[in-house]
Amino acid sequence: MKSYRNGLAILVAIAAITGFNACKPKNASSAVSGDAAAKAYVAPGKYDEFYNFVSGGFSGQLAVYGIPSGRLFRTIPIYSADPESGWGYSEETKPMLNTSHGYIPWDDSHHSELSQTNGEIDGRWIFVNGNNTPRVARVDLSTFRTSEIIEIPNSAGNHSSPFITSNTEYVVAGTRFSVPPDNVNGDVPINTYKKNFKGTVSFISVDKATGNMKVAFQILLPGVDFDLAHAGKGPSEGWFFFSCYNSEQANTLLEVNASQKDKDFILAVNWKKAEEYLAQGKAQKVTTKYAHNVYDEKSHSATSTIETEVNVLDAKALADMCYFIPCPKSPHGCDVDPNGEYIVGSGKLAALIPVFSFAKLQTAIAAKDFEGNYDGIPVVKYESALYGEVKKPGLGPLHTEFDGKGNAYTSFFVSSEVVKWNVKDLKVLDRAPTYYSIGHLCVPGGDSKKPSAKYVIAYNKITKDRYLPTGPELTQSAQLFDISGDKMQLILDFPTVGEPHYAQACPADLIKSKSVKFFKIEENTNPYVSKGEGETKVVRKGNRVDVWMTVIRSHITPDNIEGIKVGDEVYFHVTNLEQDWDIPHGFAIKGNNNSELLVMPGETQTIKWMPDKVGIMPMYCTDFCSALHQEMQGYVRISPAGSNTALLFSTGKNVPAADSTAK
Amino acid sequence: MKNLSLIIFAAILLGSCGGGSTSASDQNKETPATVASDGTNPSYDPHRGEGKFTKVDIGATLDASMADAGKKIFDVKCSACHKLTNEKLVGPGWLGVTSRHQPEWIMNFITNTDEMINKDPAAQAQLEICLVRMPNQNLSDDDARHLFEFMRRNDGVK
Repeated sequence: MKSYRNGLAILVAIAAITGFNACKPKNASSAVSGDAAAKAYVAPGKYDEFYNFVSGGFSGQLAVYGIPSGRLFRTIPIYSADPESGWGYSEETKPMLNTSHGYIPWDDSHHSELSQTNGEIDGRWIFVNGNNTPRVARVDLSTFRTSEIIEIPNSAGNHSSPFITSNTEYVVAGTRFSVPPDNVNGDVPINTYKKNFKGTVSFISVDKATGNMKVAFQILLPGVDFDLAHAGKGPSEGWFFFSCYNSEQANTLLEVNASQKDKDFILAVNWKKAEEYLAQGKAQKVTTKYAHNVYDEKSHSATSTIETEVNVLDAKALADMCYFIPCPKSPHGCDVDPNGEYIVGSGKLAALIPVFSFAKLQTAIAAKDFEGNYDGIPVVKYESALYGEVKKPGLGPLHTEFDGKGNAYTSFFVSSEVVKWNVKDLKVLDRAPTYYSIGHLCVPGGDSKKPSAKYVIAYNKITKDRYLPTGPELTQSAQLFDISGDKMQLILDFPTVGEPHYAQACPADLIKSKSVKFFKIEENTNPYVSKGEGETKVVRKGNRVDVWMTVIRSHITPDNIEGIKVGDEVYFHVTNLEQDWDIPHGFAIKGNNNSELLVMPGETQTIKWMPDKVGIMPMYCTDFCSALHQEMQGYVRISPAGSNTALLFSTGKNVPAADSTAK
Repeated sequence: MKNLSLIIFAAILLGSCGGGSTSASDQNKETPATVASDGTNPSYDPHRGEGKFTKVDIGATLDASMADAGKKIFDVKCSACHKLTNEKLVGPGWLGVTSRHQPEWIMNFITNTDEMINKDPAAQAQLEICLVRMPNQNLSDDDARHLFEFMRRNDGVK
């Protein structure tokens, strides 16, 4: 009997294993058909058709790829310090990483969103959220540099961000980890979550001309986990939709305790109404502390300001502003179709996709067709807002993008596939496996009014056996599918930096012609700029030494410096005098426990150095710049603290005559 | 870009720059700028050089305000590599440059540097001495004219 049981168990196990394997293609390469290589091939020297901006996940940065080639062009430092460029190390960039907690040189970036005008991508800026110490960054797409970072008060874990309204009036931020607000005593037992923990969604205004951000207002909401969001457009213009989970308000073992209810919510926010309340003075001015950091491209330096107040609108007290729509099973994606009528929720644990109708939602709100309220916020009846459900699409829908031709593409984490379905009749049209465990996906312009429906790109959480093994830590990856035909066709795998979450793509033409080639030296207003070698100098004030330095192919001025002493604080203010594209110079000095610098043409950057040893320290250019790059070097003499070595500096003058005295 | 510059640079050094030397900066240009195998181009005017300046009006006397404007540009963009004497620093000293070259050649060279280095026999001969390709410092037309006036003053024009 016992052996029979064992045999049965083995049989079941074998069946399970083979059954499991049968779900996956036997050979990954079998999914690739003959002309895939040609479709993804971009000949040497030719440009890609699309830019793809992929959030760097735990790297805290933003990676820029070309599509369809999958070639990596740049990793833009945002939240994480980057010693190769000096981002977060140079005196000019350090303030960019300031927060109410002080200097934080890292974050966990999740999502990217391109700015839009009239619901179409305009190629001006891209926003990126910091999930950890809640922040939103704006990257300027003429320089591909981070221009601004704003911290979010009354929040912890900025996840449902940085999604924007159709004219980039606002970029939003929503609390993933609800916490007691900043202005109350947060020293409370954790199990008082239901009483003391609150969520907020923040609307950050974006100046039309400059892009400058400001926390315009926050909406105070029940403590839940806000997850993703998208703005309404067209008929739903003026509304914003946020998915949320943990409506159970659990504070421990969320894996189980936040998965109890059959439905969580999509929060619908009437932000035009919120603007009215704000104009009527209905907001409470709440005292708090958050950093607002701005980088100026003329002075090539950042300033950090600590803001102390924010406008808070109470969703419970102010009617007609917020509504909850029930949405099955811990929704993640919250996506609005290009026409602005349909809102697609994606329950991570669901086996269907609910599609809500904005028109029905409005009718239900007008008729007060509510099933009750949740912590004072009306809950619209599920059926009253529902357009329909996509039945048996797959397991674990996460995120949906659109092709503008009436079709939607949804990623399925659990069943590891992309599913194409028709938004009107809710029928599944095609499915393609991903390798493995897709998170987000991206159609160029796929969350705008005007998608460029040539490709869908899958961003996978797990790669396992897809690439040459590199020890326990493997690359993350993206997969490119051609969607120009009825069926999706896999044409390329490419590795990505960090864990790719949300990504955006747009036609390269929107951006490439606006790319800045160098900074005009005439316009450089850095207080330590040297406009020409004639302005270079070394100035001592107490133990602070400022070196006004220039670099140009292929020398450093001054390149011989004497009279520096142990215990000094030396600031090298390096101006790159070049005025040509692609001629940055690096600057490095031996033993600097700070970083090197990469200085763009016409720019000034400052690196601090604290010499700790008596002797001669070489300095040199780290970015190969010319045939005589190896000659681009110099020396600094460091004397003991308190010595009388004269302060001397020169280039091309400190010739052997000076040596003779030493003989 | 950097590598391409290097390759072109190497090709010039080896004296094997016969044809196919394309502009490094513009991938959209259909026709490569060809150079004859002996380093000269029959259609090329070595007095005028290559660029937008065909005829520059020069006054009999110095325009001091233009020369002053030129001095400011020199300080920022040129002095790192050029002395005002005849001594070579990174590039050649400027003394006498206005008698060695036509105004058009000088103004074309300082505004259209890459193409001139690729084509012009005098510029290529200079590169063999200096071994550093002069960077394009992105001068405006006025900047170029002002610098030329500053060069004239440096050469003794009153």
